Amino acid sequence: MQELLFYIFSALTLICGFLVVANPFTRNPVTSAMFLVLTIVSMAGLFVLLNAFFLAAVQVMVYAGAVIVLFLFVIMLLDVKEVERQHYNLFGVVLGLLGLLSVGGMLIKAILASGVGKDLHPHMEGTTKDLGMKLFTDYVLPFEIMGVLLLVGMIGVILLSKKNLR
Amino acid sequence: MDFLNDSSHWGTFLFFSALKVVMAFAVVMPMVAYSVMLERRLSAAIQDRIGPNRVGPFGLLQPLADGLKSFLKEDFTPSHVRKVYFIIAPAVSMIPAFLTIAVIPFGSVMGTQAMVIANLNVGILYTFSVVSLGVYGIVLAGWASNSKYPFLGGIRASAQMISYEIAMGMAAVPVFMLVGDLNLGKVIEYQANGAWLVFKQPIAFVIFLVAAFAETNRLPFDLPESETELVSGYNTEYSSMKFALFFMGEYAAMIAVSALMVTLFFGGWTLPFFGLNEAATSIAGGIAHILVFLGKVACFMVFFIWIRWMIPRFRYDQLMDLGWRRFLPLALANIIITAAILWMQHL
Repeated sequence: MQELLFYIFSALTLICGFLVVANPFTRNPVTSAMFLVLTIVSMAGLFVLLNAFFLAAVQVMVYAGAVIVLFLFVIMLLDVKEVERQHYNLFGVVLGLLGLLSVGGMLIKAILASGVGKDLHPHMEGTTKDLGMKLFTDYVLPFEIMGVLLLVGMIGVILLSKKNLR
Repeated sequence: MDFLNDSSHWGTFLFFSALKVVMAFAVVMPMVAYSVMLERRLSAAIQDRIGPNRVGPFGLLQPLADGLKSFLKEDFTPSHVRKVYFIIAPAVSMIPAFLTIAVIPFGSVMGTQAMVIANLNVGILYTFSVVSLGVYGIVLAGWASNSKYPFLGGIRASAQMISYEIAMGMAAVPVFMLVGDLNLGKVIEYQANGAWLVFKQPIAFVIFLVAAFAETNRLPFDLPESETELVSGYNTEYSSMKFALFFMGEYAAMIAVSALMVTLFFGGWTLPFFGLNEAATSIAGGIAHILVFLGKVACFMVFFIWIRWMIPRFRYDQLMDLGWRRFLPLALANIIITAAILWMQHL
């Protein structure tokens, strides 16, 4: 049962993820955003299969519930028309390939280093309490830095959007 | 049917879960229908009218007639809409409201079965994540209609719902600081052993209540569909059953959020007298608990409807001001005060 669900959710994640960036039927940005929602929800399904309920819930709440709604908001307000057929330029293609290869290389290296199939933990320790304990003891400095970073980002956005704030 | 008494068998789990899902659906759908009727009768009483009283005794069969009418009306799709989204939007707006009900304990136990569809230990986070998906139906409807009033309604809805979601989430945090668990069953247990949380966290309750009005797009915060400026907002272009789905989605969301408030602040299925505070030992006790829960939800529904006919609509800037500049700081202060009190108790 679990295996079956894993294959269903993985397939959904991959297919929807592919349709976000390269949908053969339409180049409508809203459709891409909606497929991104589906990708995120099926990824939340994968988290649930790992018993990481907290991550699954937060994944849906933050990304599907807030971030992509804001994406939609911007797409709709700017009234982005269907993206025109891009004419590819050599520079872009080379740069893109370079980026793809380096990220792919890193991924493959990480996967090989992790030793696939050796001492598997069937569950991630994903209870809310454990996560909170870890965040506020072992990882308190990165956690606080992240908080400051977000605050700085927020203030920056307010400053940029209020032009008469001098 | 032997496996029904073997609680470890997966078939038992599947059977009872399916049964509970069907039962919950069978209870919520008529509740939706009769809330609409209640709304019409109550508004009539408030405005010194009579209201629908022709169909059946006291007009009690009115929802049936309404439903039939929705099905029989012409389902008109304007030519300028974006078809796919136009068709899926009503369904998308209705599903989250029903998904929310999955984690809410609507009774204690019946036999060996706990009366909750999914006993998740991150119950409330699940609820908030599902509630946050509710905005898609309205936004997509507004955009897919491809005309200006629905579009403005959709844009308003997305901004409003994101804003009040934050206030709502923040308001619920102190509750879980007191309880020490995210499981909604534990929240009810905590309240059964002490006082209802509305007495311990009145500020949290008020913020949550107001945010609930904004999340369900009810007056005084029904700006996404305000008739006077936007005709009917996001559902202007909809007709027949598609319109009815939006309508039902709104009432289902009201029921879901009422059930959530009953669970978080009003003790869920418990009552502090008649020994209804403990898990039921008999089938009759189990049914009594479910009836107590439904009764509390019904009280909230009446309150929701009553408010609609009593308070005029807010202006949009007032709505945003209230959400971001009043409620959010208040909710944060409430969290800090609760933390301080808990800390002092542990000294």
